[in-house]
Amino acid sequence: MISRRSFCKKSLLIAGGLAIPLSALELFDPKRLLAEKKDGKAVRWVFLVDTHKCVGCGFCVKSCKIENEIPYDANVTRTWVERYLVTKDGKTHIDSPKGARDGFETEQIEIGHGKFEEVGNEQIDKAFFVPKLCNQCDNPPCVQVCPVGATYQTEDGVVLVDRKWCIGCGYCIMGCPYGVRFFHPVHHVAEKCNFCYHRISQGMQTACVDACAFGARRIGNIKDPDDPVTRIIMTERVNVLKEEYGTKPQVFYLGLTKEVR
Amino acid sequence: MVHGEAWTLKEFFTYPNEYIYWTIQIVMYPFMTGLVAGAFVLSSLYHVFGVKKLKDIARFSLVFSFALLPVAMLPLMLHLQQPLRGIEVMLTPHFTSAIAAFGIVFTTYGMIVASELWFVYRKHFVETALLLRELPDKSAVDRFRHLLFSALTLGAMDIGEEALSADERAVKKLAGAGIPVACFLHGYAGFIFGSVKANALWMTPLMPVIFICSAVVSGIALCILTYIVTMEIRKWLAARKKQHYPELPSPAELKSAELQVVTMTGRYLLMFMVAAITLELLDLVFRGYTAVKSWDILRSVIYERDFVNIFVIQYGLGNLVPFIIFLMPRLTIRRAVLGTALVLLGVFMMRWNVVIGGQAFSSSFSGFMHYTLPILPNSLETFKEGLLGALTVALVPFGLFWLLNKVMPVFKETH
Repeated sequence: MISRRSFCKKSLLIAGGLAIPLSALELFDPKRLLAEKKDGKAVRWVFLVDTHKCVGCGFCVKSCKIENEIPYDANVTRTWVERYLVTKDGKTHIDSPKGARDGFETEQIEIGHGKFEEVGNEQIDKAFFVPKLCNQCDNPPCVQVCPVGATYQTEDGVVLVDRKWCIGCGYCIMGCPYGVRFFHPVHHVAEKCNFCYHRISQGMQTACVDACAFGARRIGNIKDPDDPVTRIIMTERVNVLKEEYGTKPQVFYLGLTKEVR
Repeated sequence: MVHGEAWTLKEFFTYPNEYIYWTIQIVMYPFMTGLVAGAFVLSSLYHVFGVKKLKDIARFSLVFSFALLPVAMLPLMLHLQQPLRGIEVMLTPHFTSAIAAFGIVFTTYGMIVASELWFVYRKHFVETALLLRELPDKSAVDRFRHLLFSALTLGAMDIGEEALSADERAVKKLAGAGIPVACFLHGYAGFIFGSVKANALWMTPLMPVIFICSAVVSGIALCILTYIVTMEIRKWLAARKKQHYPELPSPAELKSAELQVVTMTGRYLLMFMVAAITLELLDLVFRGYTAVKSWDILRSVIYERDFVNIFVIQYGLGNLVPFIIFLMPRLTIRRAVLGTALVLLGVFMMRWNVVIGGQAFSSSFSGFMHYTLPILPNSLETFKEGLLGALTVALVPFGLFWLLNKVMPVFKETH
């Protein structure tokens, strides 16, 4: 008959003994070993938006919806274009009807409830378009708050969602300051822009970059100093959205002004 | 249709993907966990701190807390887009998420309440099991009850004086351990909101503490209310049975006992209410005083769009009026009913104003969203996240309480 004392002793010994081989996984993290082997040739995807070049045609939104199978008429989208009109009275008028899927078909500004507001041309001080997409943050709040680990960040910086594991609680949607997440109308799980990961990992451009006739959107690898996108980010005056949230966004903008939300 | 589109009205500029994703079920979730935690804290006031006058309501609120417990999970399940995967929170918890702690805190708390109940009712289980064993010819129901109660004793049939005092010591320890866990269960519900840095209204370290205080307030209020209702039913039954069993307490005796318990518990209600309101107002004043970037849009939500919800219903009807009701001398049962009902309304509205109010403005700070509660459902979605879904969640604990009361009678000694 085993005594209580020796039972406790032996079970602690077994638990401790089992823990040693398991802790080796931490000591020799296979992922880190692989990363160190590659030395310097790593990939970190970043995006560059030149707002000066965007004309608000919405081709990027259209191509994104088709490429990534987001139901065409559903009022959600992985990427969208915002129109900004700053008037002489100091007010900023912003809209993005249907995410600008069909571009901006009227000069009137959409103000919700299906209503539009007329802004006279002579009133406008400046006007411009700002394309938006997931910022693939270096410190992604959506990954932090996912209770089951269904959303995660890849080695090359892109945040992905596991459609088979997402429980659809919506915490990541709440946690994203940029409003890029939504529930997929067909799969009923969290959905977001992933820089067309299926394309960029195969050496292609994202669908929106391919669709942009004006070169307003570009994707690049910030770890490659010879990448033209990297060169622009390193040498020119770029900005990011909502830096104050500490998310370290990796979509860089040329020509961003204070009115942009 | 996109999830959220059915009940969201957008105004001015909102990001295309923004909708009210967290609806009435997420209002119900902190409301229900609040009631669980509050009811438990009330019962612990007697068990741990020996507030003798609360003895009558302590046992009652403990059973009620247990009845509310499974219901705290229900709104979450109803709100998930993939409810069948809900169990993943327990299987693969991702610990950087506040929600991941749910499984652990919830089961710990459930086990504490269940074992405390077992120690409180062990004597009753044993007595009933023994009584049923003696019965000569048992009906099917009696056989089932005998089986049930024998199983509930877990084989511990000793109800000698020494064993019972050991039970009492265990109850005290469990109740003591339960208070921090109950506060954690609810405080972390506040943390779920308070830690969302993307939401200007939610993000404050005060959120967990505010949630705990209002939880205790709502829990005590519901216990008083339900206690009064059950006592009224007992009085009515007592008046009917009096002719046959003169040894039962008379309606008048019951009434004076009832009033005493209600007055006593009402004092604790007031204390926690003061704490809750102080913290909420501190939060509001602080936001206005510091007036950071988000204050412009928060101000228009708090002082204009949600003015009625926040200042008239929540603070006025839900806090100020019951405060006056309970402070006025010579409390009556009728006034207590009105007061506690208003307190419950106030706490519910506080949850509403946090959850729905937090989504009433776009994170672009340039537009608003309005939640229209689906009343008549036209799909499963509008049922789950509409009025009927919320009512289902609100009514289930009373059904469970009725069932639990069959096994663990709350008013045993006078039956």
